[in-house]
Amino acid sequence: MAASPLVKTTPVTNDIAVEIVGMHKWYGEFHVLRDVNLTVRRGEKIVICGPSGSGKSTMIRCINRLEEHQQGTVVVDGVPLTNDLKRIDEIRRDVGMVFQHFNLFPHLTVLENCTLAPIWVRKMPQKQAEEIAMHYLTRVKIPDQALKYPGQLSGGQQQRVAIARSLCMSPKIMMFDEPTSALDPEMVKEVLDTMVQLAQDGMTMLCVTHEMGFARQVADRVVFMDRGEIVEINTPEEFFKNPQHERTKLFLSQILH
Amino acid sequence: MSDQAIGSRIAYVRREAGPTRPAPIMTRGVFAWVRENLFSTPMSGVLTIGSLLFVLWVAPDTFRYLISDAVWQAPDGVACRAPGAGACWAFVAAKFEYFMYGSYPRGETWRVDVTLVLGLALILWLLIPRLPRKGMAAFAFFVVYPVVAFFLLRGLEGVLPIVETNLWGGVFVSLLVAAVGIVASLPLGVLLALGRRSQLPFVKFFCVVFIEFVRGVPLITVLFMANTMLPLFVPQEWTPDRLLRPLIGVSLFAAAYMAEVVRAGLQAMPKGQFEGAMALGLPYWKMMRLIILPQALTTVIPGIVNSFIALFKDTTLVAIVGIFDFLRTVETARLDPVWAGPTISTTGYVFAAIFYWVFCFAMSRYSQMLERKLAAGRRR
Repeated sequence: MAASPLVKTTPVTNDIAVEIVGMHKWYGEFHVLRDVNLTVRRGEKIVICGPSGSGKSTMIRCINRLEEHQQGTVVVDGVPLTNDLKRIDEIRRDVGMVFQHFNLFPHLTVLENCTLAPIWVRKMPQKQAEEIAMHYLTRVKIPDQALKYPGQLSGGQQQRVAIARSLCMSPKIMMFDEPTSALDPEMVKEVLDTMVQLAQDGMTMLCVTHEMGFARQVADRVVFMDRGEIVEINTPEEFFKNPQHERTKLFLSQILH
Repeated sequence: MSDQAIGSRIAYVRREAGPTRPAPIMTRGVFAWVRENLFSTPMSGVLTIGSLLFVLWVAPDTFRYLISDAVWQAPDGVACRAPGAGACWAFVAAKFEYFMYGSYPRGETWRVDVTLVLGLALILWLLIPRLPRKGMAAFAFFVVYPVVAFFLLRGLEGVLPIVETNLWGGVFVSLLVAAVGIVASLPLGVLLALGRRSQLPFVKFFCVVFIEFVRGVPLITVLFMANTMLPLFVPQEWTPDRLLRPLIGVSLFAAAYMAEVVRAGLQAMPKGQFEGAMALGLPYWKMMRLIILPQALTTVIPGIVNSFIALFKDTTLVAIVGIFDFLRTVETARLDPVWAGPTISTTGYVFAAIFYWVFCFAMSRYSQMLERKLAAGRRR
């Protein structure tokens, strides 16, 4: 009964959360994603890193159809992505996404930001939605800001609201697109702490980030992308200690001083 | 120790907080305001003094003509014809009912009053932010009120005597045309703007053609077309009422302009707002209604109100197709031989100008108030 070497903090089942097979994407003539293959198991935490322009964000945006891929298949929680709008909305409901620039709705209060989707998409009664919102706002440690507008909050607080907003939809998968890149240095930690906590609770996570400390701490696997392709996938220990590909070595030498 | 002495040392640690001093006298209060706004540069100083002299030159004559030399009470135009007489307000007083209601039967004008007061009350309910239950107000104004107003104004067989629309006129018709145009043009404009940005080629094509076609012709042309062509499209017994035709024309015309204003607001929305909404699984219409439009419309309030004001003044053009709007009643009244005189036309036009100015200025102020209120605490 030897535990799999990939198991870290959560038991990994055989259930597959996301499966990407042979995915290609072009922007006009430009081939941005080439033959991307990735299988994410339920409860798994994946950190995706790589130089800017390597297609990391584009790849995870293809998972909830913020970007369209032209070839290959993407299956999210057993549902294959097609052009069927109903199905896309269905997938989006179950896949939370946190953006670099938060993308909170500035005309709504923090609480309204959190209750909007549960009320209008999940048809939840307002009172219940507010209870759930307060629960998650408490978890990201800003329940006292619930009635403020996003513009009145610091960057770190806004990003935590964005995380709470996604969690209010009880997503099965959470995706993070460089969640700390737009933050002032002193606010990075509060957001990372929230993400670590989320990881410890067993959430399936895909994080595009340059926070290598975070990758070491929570990732089950680190995916390294360069020029639109996945160059290397490995456990964080092996990835940082013993990178195999030349491009990985070069990248790590540039970001780890 | 002076700041300079501190600055020249290699190491320094502040031990106590620095004192807070008041700003210099010339940079605060009245002094600062006058200097900054009236005499900031020599050119600005010259313009300030020039403007002041101009006002001093114009104001006394204006005051004399409009107030002190004006004829306030008279049974007919004799007093107004006296040499040196100012504005003939007695003429306005005598024609007031005609200016308000046109040829609407005098015994029935209470119906117009009730309609106007009802409408005004509902509009205030909608527009004053403090008042509660906006949903109910909107339903009352947009759904119930038009039906009530229609039967009140036109009458109902056996209950209220029928008043045909060819008797309608005056301020009441101007407000009617403006209100219908404003209320119809915003939702239509929003739909056209969304259509123009649509991914569906046919919808997009239709919206682009409509907007560009309507914007490409003068309002008078649209009114003529509505007047002469609308009846050709429907069976004879359905021929639209002669007042309804310009209403449709004005609404479509204003909608095309509104569409471009709204599109500017949509264009200004950061992509992240669409993505944030989509990532939560909000379908298109909910995303638009809950996230995008509230922000986009707020951004373009000045443009929207600008369109409303333009539309309000453009309603005077319906006179071309035989509708007796307010300006047309002034035009007609000033030809009345009982009142004819050198000051009558000026008085009529000044009165009309005041009327239009008051309404337009009120709209402008309201929009400024709304902008300030919506901006508070919601800045990105």
